[in-house]
Order: sequence, then structure tokens, then C-alpha cells
Amino acid sequence: MKLTKKLSKVFSKNKGPKKELTVEQKISRRNFISFGSFLVLGGAAYGGWRWLYTSPNEVPGITGEAHKPLRAVLNANEKVVRQLYSNKNLVKTYPKEMAAKVVRHNSDIGSEGLIDVGNWKLSVKKQNGELLNIGIDEIKKLPKTEIVYDFKCVEGWDQISHWGGVKFSDFIAHFKLDAETRFEYVGMETPDKEYYVGVDMPSAMHPQTLLAYEVNEKPLPPKHGAPLRLIIPVKYGIKNLKRIGSITFSNSRPRDYWAEQGYDYYAGL
Amino acid sequence: MKIIKEKHPLLMRWTHWVNFPILTIMIWSGLLIYWANDTYTFTLFGVTFIRFFPQGLYDALHIPRRLAEGMAFHFLFMWFFALNGLLYVSYTIISGQWRELVPNRHSFKEAWLVVLHDLHIRKMAPPQNKYNAAQRIAYTAIIVMGFGSLITGLAIYKPVQFNYLAWICGGYHLARIWHFVLTIGYVLFFLVHVVQVVLAGWNNFRSVISGFEVIDKKPLPAIQIQNDETNEKTE
Repeated sequence: MKLTKKLSKVFSKNKGPKKELTVEQKISRRNFISFGSFLVLGGAAYGGWRWLYTSPNEVPGITGEAHKPLRAVLNANEKVVRQLYSNKNLVKTYPKEMAAKVVRHNSDIGSEGLIDVGNWKLSVKKQNGELLNIGIDEIKKLPKTEIVYDFKCVEGWDQISHWGGVKFSDFIAHFKLDAETRFEYVGMETPDKEYYVGVDMPSAMHPQTLLAYEVNEKPLPPKHGAPLRLIIPVKYGIKNLKRIGSITFSNSRPRDYWAEQGYDYYAGL
Repeated sequence: MKIIKEKHPLLMRWTHWVNFPILTIMIWSGLLIYWANDTYTFTLFGVTFIRFFPQGLYDALHIPRRLAEGMAFHFLFMWFFALNGLLYVSYTIISGQWRELVPNRHSFKEAWLVVLHDLHIRKMAPPQNKYNAAQRIAYTAIIVMGFGSLITGLAIYKPVQFNYLAWICGGYHLARIWHFVLTIGYVLFFLVHVVQVVLAGWNNFRSVISGFEVIDKKPLPAIQIQNDETNEKTE
């Protein structure tokens, strides 16, 4: 209203001596200004949308396949939500009876077929270059933690499921990896390096993050990531890597299978 | 003679029109996301009436296999949706325009009379100011729905960090269903809204762009005209 009045003042200045406008003149003047700005700004909005929609993809690297401006927004959103993140915020847990008997299995990239659990070793690369090779029995000796929670897939489904294993933070403490937690990220890869994820350290150290070796109180079957998989309730399923082969620590983002394909790197919940 | 009657303030007009493309993009990108797990149906007594959505719709809109893209768009335009809504609501509260918008104690009774009138069952519509009773209810409901989309959306977006929001919505799973139902609500609202706007005619439509309606008044007693003119100047 104020804008249109100002504009009409500017217009009337150009026309010499002021004359009281007739109602008809007022109507057509205001219509002209309103519809004119409506069309101009509407056109600008459409142009902006076309620019965004046809904007080129980012240069493939740690992340890929997303429109460049949209990737920038995903990363900016991550900064905002990491301000709100706290390890005190826990995922809701349920009684065991509510856990699904048939646990959904979506993908076995990097964990296809069977694996010789006896020969499997988890390799952990320490800061000083030392390599730990840990067998499953050694991991099973650590204090066991169970969780029944609503597993959430990025596709949109969710399922209450029951997992057992060692807390990632207990694992860190037992193997004296405290120095490594000063890094910003944990990288995990399958033994064949076909599937890989990067997780920020606060999420990895969340009290509900497990290195799981059981589902529904039984050892993990191959399709759920035998012998050891990541269960990280503060992330979508895509970060819950099956059949962990190696763990590394770094200050830059480790490579991540789905972030390379247009998904948000953080993928936090 | 013609009289200009102010109707919609500039900010209300702009937030209304800005919301249109934003909501369109939110619904479209939401569809890209929904496609990845399109399991919702409308089932009553074991009979499925509606399955969302037919393959033809997905194909026509090039929906399949664009989940990551859909999320990226959704998580950009959510900011605009929230800010635009915040702007509209705070302006409506501060300016006092909410008095014209929020249903009053007569609205729920009168709304029926409006509906009957619009369906040509009743001849007279109840007297109204800026909005009639049915509009008050519908336009207030749509704001409440927008707020609902924001809350359910945040509950889905970060269900662990915002676990209290997820709890309010009845958990993550239900929050997602609410979020979906609200979207269907927008589409239904839009259909009725457009039909009503078409039926209401040019004067009404123009008022949402130019801000005023033109009233054709037969010459009235001088005092009446003066009143109208002073109103016009002060508004």
C-alpha cells in the first residue's frame, strides 16, 4: 500500500501540476503498478527457479551428483543442525517384543555372499600408523549393549529392530583409541571396499552407536552384515555399514558411498 | 459511482503469492521423496480405496529415481516456506488483521449458511466483513496446517535431536503420515480455493493483487459519501 502510494507520487510529479485523480484513474494506476510488479517479480521468480533447476552438478569428489547450489545448502543445513546436536538426545527405545521378527534388508553392496567369519579381522588404523587387527571373539568379550529402536531408511520406511553389540565408545576406550577421537571423522569400509561411509565423531561417539554382532539375540546373518556392522541410530540406514572391514580416523570427510550419489553427507537424524 | 475499498494489505498479498510457488516446489520435491517408499493407502474396513499414486502420474511428472534430488530441493525450500509463513503470521498478529481472519463465536454456525448459499440451496448469505465465516475457518485452518507441516517436517527431519517433536506427533512413523496427509489437504484446499476464486470473479481476484475492490454505489446521501471518502484517505 505504502509502496504503491509512493510510486504514484513519483508518477504524478512527472506530470506537472497536481490534479486530484478521478476514481477511474486511481483504479487503473494502481492496477497497472500492482499487476506490473506482479508480472515482473513473477518472471524473476521463474528465472530464479530455472537457474536453480538447470544449475550444473558439483565437481565429483567426496560428495557428488547434486546441483552445486543445493549441495552448498545441504552443507549449510549440516552446520545449523550440528549446532543443535547433543549426545544427550537419545533415540526412542522400545520393548523387545515390539522388534520385527523379519528384519528388512535393502542392499548388500559390499556385503554380498558369505564370509569366513573365522578369518575375518577388523583393521583399525591408529594415528601413529599402528594397525590393530581384531577378531570377532575379542569384540564379543567386551561389555554388550542392546538396543531396540526404530531404524530409519532414507527411502522413507522405518522398522523397529533389536540389535546387540559393543558401544562404539566402549570399543574406543577398550582399545585405547582416545587420541583418535580428537579427529573429526570416522571412516568405515567393507572388506572389499565396495561400500564405505564417513561419520562425524560426535555421532560415532553417541551413547547409542553400536558395533553390532547380533540381531534379535542371534549372531548377524550374512545379509545383515556378519560378523560386525555399524548400528548408528542418529543416522539414516545408509550410514549403517554392514560387514565392517576397516576403521580409520581423519579430519577431512572420509569417502561415502551415498554422498557421492547426491545424498547429504551428514544424513543425521 | 465507483468507490475504492481497501481489502488486502500489501504484505498479505505478497506472502500469499510467494507461498504458491514455494508450496508447489515443496509438494513436487515431497513427491520425489515419497516415490522412494510409496506405501501409503487409504483403506477402510479392509478395502483399499486409494493407493498413492498411479504410475501414470509418476511418469508424467518424471518422479521416479530422484530421491536425493528431492531431498536437496525440499531442504532448501523448507526455509522459504517457514520464513514466509512466519512473516504472514507475525504481520497478521501485529497489524490486527487476525480479527478479520480468526473464526469468531458465530463463524461455525454461519459457515454452514455460507456453504448452503454457495451450493445454491439458500438464497441469502450471512453478512460479512473481509472474509465470510467459511473463509475464516478455511484460511485459519490452512495456517494451522502450515504450522503442522512445519512441526511434523522437523520431527521427520531430525527425529532424534527433536525427539520431543516426534513425540508430539505420535512418533516418527506417524509424523510422516501426518506430513503426507497435510499435503493431500493442501491439494484439496487448492482445488476448492481455485473454483471459489473463479466463481467469485474479477473484483475479488484483483483485490489479492492490487489490494482493493471496486464497489459500484448508487448515489447516496451526502454524509454517507463523505464517510466513504474519509475512510479511503485514512486507509
